[in-house]
Amino acid sequence: MGMQNRDQYEIVVGLEIHAQLATESKIYAADANLYGNEPNTNVSVITLAHPGTMPKLNKKVMEYAIKMGLACQSNITRLNIFCRKNYFYPDSPKGFQLTQDKTPICVGGKIDINTPTRGEIGIRLNRIHIEEDAGKSIHQANEKDTLIDLNRAGVPLIEIVTEPDIRSSEEAAAVVTEVRKIVRFLGICDGNMEEGSLRCDANVSIMPRGSDRFGNKVELKNMNSIRNVKNAIDHEVDRQIQLVESGEKIISETRTYNPNTGESQGMRTKEELNDYRYFPEPDLSPVEVKEEWLEQIRKDMPVLPAELKVKYMEEYQLPEYDASFLSETRAISDFFNELCQLTTNYKAASNWMMGPVKSWLNEQGADMATFPLTATRMAELISLINDGKVNFTIASQQLFKAMIAEPETSAEKLAKKLKLTVQKDSGFLEEVVDEILKSNPDKVKAYHNGKKNLIGMFMGELMKETKGKADPKTAKETILKKLEQHK
Amino acid sequence: MKRFRSFAQIQKSLNEKNASCLDVVNYYLAQINQRKHLNAFLEVFDQEAKDRAVQIDQKIQAGKAGRLAGMVVGLKDVFCYQGHKLQAASKILEDFESQFTATCVQRLLDEDAIIIGRLNCDEFAMGSSNENSAFGPVLNAENENRVPGGSSGGSAVAVQANLCTVALGSDTGGSIRQPAAFCGVIGIKPTYSRVSRYGLLAYASSFDTIGVFSNTIEDNALALEIMAGKDDFDSTVSSRPVPEYHKKLGFEGKAKIAYLKETLESEGLNDEVRQNFIDTIDRLKEEGHEVEAVDFPLLKYALPTYYILITAESSSNLSRYDGVRYGYRSPNTLNMESMYKKSRSEGFGEEVQRRIMLGTFVLSASYYDAFYTKAQKVRRLIKNKVQDLLETHGFLVMPTTPTTAFELGSHTQNPLEMYLADLFTVQASVAGVPSISIPNGKDSDGMPFGLQIMANFFEEEKLYAFSNTMLK
Repeated sequence: MGMQNRDQYEIVVGLEIHAQLATESKIYAADANLYGNEPNTNVSVITLAHPGTMPKLNKKVMEYAIKMGLACQSNITRLNIFCRKNYFYPDSPKGFQLTQDKTPICVGGKIDINTPTRGEIGIRLNRIHIEEDAGKSIHQANEKDTLIDLNRAGVPLIEIVTEPDIRSSEEAAAVVTEVRKIVRFLGICDGNMEEGSLRCDANVSIMPRGSDRFGNKVELKNMNSIRNVKNAIDHEVDRQIQLVESGEKIISETRTYNPNTGESQGMRTKEELNDYRYFPEPDLSPVEVKEEWLEQIRKDMPVLPAELKVKYMEEYQLPEYDASFLSETRAISDFFNELCQLTTNYKAASNWMMGPVKSWLNEQGADMATFPLTATRMAELISLINDGKVNFTIASQQLFKAMIAEPETSAEKLAKKLKLTVQKDSGFLEEVVDEILKSNPDKVKAYHNGKKNLIGMFMGELMKETKGKADPKTAKETILKKLEQHK
Repeated sequence: MKRFRSFAQIQKSLNEKNASCLDVVNYYLAQINQRKHLNAFLEVFDQEAKDRAVQIDQKIQAGKAGRLAGMVVGLKDVFCYQGHKLQAASKILEDFESQFTATCVQRLLDEDAIIIGRLNCDEFAMGSSNENSAFGPVLNAENENRVPGGSSGGSAVAVQANLCTVALGSDTGGSIRQPAAFCGVIGIKPTYSRVSRYGLLAYASSFDTIGVFSNTIEDNALALEIMAGKDDFDSTVSSRPVPEYHKKLGFEGKAKIAYLKETLESEGLNDEVRQNFIDTIDRLKEEGHEVEAVDFPLLKYALPTYYILITAESSSNLSRYDGVRYGYRSPNTLNMESMYKKSRSEGFGEEVQRRIMLGTFVLSASYYDAFYTKAQKVRRLIKNKVQDLLETHGFLVMPTTPTTAFELGSHTQNPLEMYLADLFTVQASVAGVPSISIPNGKDSDGMPFGLQIMANFFEEEKLYAFSNTMLK
């Protein structure tokens, strides 16, 4: 179908994002919360739902969920009642999921995104609630029976539910990207969509442009990357438009998207859905979030990316591009913040982060958390350049790498040891400049005839001759002085 | 051979070196063997009990024995005891063995109690006559044609017939007090949340209470005070300190006692039970207590409220018995759905299935507010009224049951008739207050009457003291 049809419809999307919380143990049991272990090794009697067991709430889970709520400016629910969502499935050992229903831990709030069509907007959150993950059903080829791995059963999750405020697949992708950034920044989830630590379902509907009545919504499941979120929504919107245009009805149903074929398939219609028979969990006392606890969590909150970006732009006078990069991850911003405590040359610090540091990380396929140099070493490097003791090219191409190989040695010591410090001896420079001017008489003439920018060429030659070790300021002065003598 | 009817007698014999723990265990094992036909025990841990008795005898010799050295305890088949079978008298938990020990059982073991075996009960503690067990009914030792009551019928008979010193039971709507009354023994349902439920197979979590059967108040009080109190594995348990109940068993002064007019007007109340209760009131007055008849119009709502809420909770609590991870799985399954349906249909008995269906119904979206939500509200009202009443009156008394023990098979065709057996016990369960049943004479057939006494939240100490005085 043509894109012109698309313009006649408004797309309405709401997201449900599940984030597995990176706590050490599960939400209701002391079992390890670890991905990738041998099947059924992190399973105690509580996880296995043996008779007589009761849930024992891991308070860290509440703390992590509250952090997310504070980051999204949600209201924090003070009295948390847990609920049972009843359904039968082999990977749900209790026969119900222990979740929150009427008292989600976070209510309201928003995720801010930047959109090409609508500018800076806040996508409103309906709620964030706490729940437990299910185990995994494994259907193996050549195996008649389904195998169950309950390592994941009871892994803590938060479910972030947006209002249907999203108007395009790009916006949906931006919301997931922003959520991933925040959870990583808070250190509450690793945000790994491939391993399923972050999962996204989307409720998609269309309506004629200008209408205020939403169409029947279809729930898309199984989107394991941000790109798939976008592609799946695009595909679903096309499918719905096609149905409407051909006079057919859109059925409220759940569909799964297959990223390999780019197609989706209906799982079940909403009419056939379970009646989950929610009721308050009588085996777990309601948990009160007291003011002092909330205050403590507030105190422990890191400064968030959006706020950092503003700080970098206003306080450090950095360009927006720099500020965005430096606030992208917690590890980078933590390092940069520390660095800015040690130097006031913020732009230089930013250049180092965005240039040599980033390149090195890319080359190594490493992340900032494993970067071998301390902020102190980086500050030493910046101050060597600032003081004119090493020039930037030498520093970035040679000294930086030498420091990484020997991170325990100070920048200055290493520079001296490797003889990378700048030559400030003007006597030596004068000889070199004389040589350069003598071998370029026509350039000298052109200079005196007005081509003043040839000074750059002479500087380049000088640096080449001195292998970059000349102090630029002294070098320039020397060249100017000698040019006058070679008139 | 020496006979033992109380822990005090056992301790006396141990102290005077007239008997060892092993002798005590052997006495009970002989009793159990002699009265096998009562069907009280599902399993007897005979060798294990003897081995443990020998160890505890050594501890006594070394002066290192715990407070319950010599006490022999039977467990209703709803308590987890590591390495031992746990079946809730149901086929669905066929061959299930518990991998951990319930907090309350562990606390008894830590004080050197000896666990002698697993006691019969109604399947999943659902029933009032012990006729719902997958292992057949328990017989009342007073008259073997009569039921022992339920669901903790095995526990009541084990104490009644001297098969152990004390027995643990669970009480959700009367499952300790009603069989205690039918068998003429003492049975307490403490305040909800007084004893950790960790390791108690859940039936209706917001009602389930762990309590004790005994022949003396002192034994009962001692066992409860050891089991009660804070536990990290049960977030709902009270952290309130536990008084030394067994040390304060003398009731001083005169009490202000209430009884409900509605109780005496109840349709199902048997004439002899009514007369026994009226006599009791007279006796209390004669002893100088102030006894007052009060109105409690909400009483008629207690039973429906109870049945709505407990079926709702149990339908969910019993979802885990699905044949996937443990217990019975039907051999006739074709796919996932038939595995669920057949395993559960073949594994659960009729009454359990009835309650699961009822509970699923009252929680379903279309009926939730009409049943579940409304019942929760009524529960709150009843709780508040009971609490108010027990603030102005020290105790509330009533017959434990509307009739004495009925004949086996007399109510099995009509579940509603059976549910009426809980008429007087559900009130304390709905409210959560402590309640005890003590023997109170016998009817013309020689069957025991039970007197139920309730006190306010966490007033077990007072309840024991008053009951002890009543029994003297």
